[in-house]
Amino acid sequence: MPKLYTFLKYFCVILWSCFVIAPFLWAISTSFKDFNSVTGGATYIPWLQFEPTLDGWSVLFKPGSQGGINIIGPYFNSIFVTFTASFISIALGTLAAYALSRYTFKAGFVQNNDITFFFISQRIMPPVVLSIPFFIFLSTIGLLDSLAGLILVYIVLLMPIAVWIMVDFFNRVPKEIDETALIDGCNPFQAFFKVVLPNSIPGMIVAGLFCIIFGWIDFFFAFILTFTNVQLLPVKIVALNSSITPWWSLSAAALVSVAPLIIVAFIVERFLSKGNLTGALK
Amino acid sequence: MNFKHKFVFLLPGLIVLIGILIFPIIFTVRLSLSGWNSYNPGLDFVGIKNYIRLFTDDPRFWESFFRLSFLAITTVFLQYIIGFFLAHVVWKDIKFKRFFRVLFLIPMMTTPVIMTVIWRTFFHESLGPLNDFLSIFGVQPQWLSSPGLAKISIIVVEVWQWTSFMFLLLLAGLLSLPKEPFLAASIDGASPFKKFMYVTFPLMAPISIGAIIIRLIEASKIMDTVFVLTSGGPGTATETSSFYIFIKGLREFQMGYAATMSFTYLIIMIISLTIIAKVLTKVLMKE
Repeated sequence: MPKLYTFLKYFCVILWSCFVIAPFLWAISTSFKDFNSVTGGATYIPWLQFEPTLDGWSVLFKPGSQGGINIIGPYFNSIFVTFTASFISIALGTLAAYALSRYTFKAGFVQNNDITFFFISQRIMPPVVLSIPFFIFLSTIGLLDSLAGLILVYIVLLMPIAVWIMVDFFNRVPKEIDETALIDGCNPFQAFFKVVLPNSIPGMIVAGLFCIIFGWIDFFFAFILTFTNVQLLPVKIVALNSSITPWWSLSAAALVSVAPLIIVAFIVERFLSKGNLTGALK
Repeated sequence: MNFKHKFVFLLPGLIVLIGILIFPIIFTVRLSLSGWNSYNPGLDFVGIKNYIRLFTDDPRFWESFFRLSFLAITTVFLQYIIGFFLAHVVWKDIKFKRFFRVLFLIPMMTTPVIMTVIWRTFFHESLGPLNDFLSIFGVQPQWLSSPGLAKISIIVVEVWQWTSFMFLLLLAGLLSLPKEPFLAASIDGASPFKKFMYVTFPLMAPISIGAIIIRLIEASKIMDTVFVLTSGGPGTATETSSFYIFIKGLREFQMGYAATMSFTYLIIMIISLTIIAKVLTKVLMKE
């Protein structure tokens, strides 16, 4: 019985692993094909089944005038927007989370939990609900199709995540830390910046990772709120997905765009194994 | 402590969030009472005409809403079962534990819309690897152009993408459980199955509820997958609420009516998620 169980366990884990890896392997294989080897039916192994070429990859780095796709600009746009919005969200979210964790707020029936819920509940908003008014709002203030406009919108997406993770984190940081600092003659701001903040770096890293993930993978807002001036990576890649799809460059572009966040998976796993993530994610 | 400080901490975030959101929300409500469309752009006032149309004369909206509920509940249910199983397996020592943990985390790090583009080639009827494999058995299902299979394709992609998030939340929960109850159960000689049913699962109940609610919220926003994989098709077979609102608002430019649907949809979502949270708390906490 235990042997059968162990066998089943490994069998399921390996089955799921194959399912997880399958689209990546397919994309890697496809990225080295050309028109003939794609339209000839599904093939998998280079040299054996088809003649590999680097066309799909080289076209990514050529400017549009030479028939290339040039994903470098969109790549940096994506990085800039994601990081700026994440940074602002973490900064503001951490401050707010600290206030919600340490002080009591009361205004009529509104209490701490309600304010926390207000922050987090912004995630319920379907992007499409916000997209129409944001479209008109940003065009009124002249930020449609600009990086600044996108950053504003992404703050709304990311701050709830930062507040959610940081409130839980601060709730587990013992109150004695700040109380000792206050008794030692710090004012509340000094206590926060000199004592509490250095102790919160693990929490902030976790919150930061999640903000980066959810900023990087957003497509819809970038799709609606930008056109030609500013293009983010996902929009650029999906735009390739037209009637005659160049599967090879599409696969190469997809791989290039998901690669950086795979590193995040390793970092998250490290936090998980060291036990730093456990409280931060409940 | 001086009460002024707490506001200095709280207000920057709160003001920025409200500052960015206040206009869109008020504007959506106002827009929903107007007849803004491509022939007649502008904020005229038509009263609750749009709401009457939505509630009496638009079965397509309600169909898309029930389809969304079906897709969201099915995918989250599958993600929970698979995610819990995987988390439970790599929680304790198995070989290559950390390798599997990283591997299972990877899908949530990838951009859904980009992976869906890859999945679309994967499901391709004549050139994709899936049908190439299935041709061994002599079948060539039309994954994306028959109504039933298109739904299944979307479920497969959603489960691939987001089980890893469920896995992460549940594994983080498992790792934070206290050790004593398990020790006590071992001393009492409980079998692994009983240990799971009477110790692990009840201890995980609050974390499970949290994870399911978070996933339901995110799943209710399914949009990217549908947009790329099937564009709501064939016909309206995979059209979800978000996608229908998108078509009406940003393709046909019936902004007023789209705002009406948005606002109604938001209210329904908030009410139903609150109810689901309450029910789940009751069911899972009792066991």
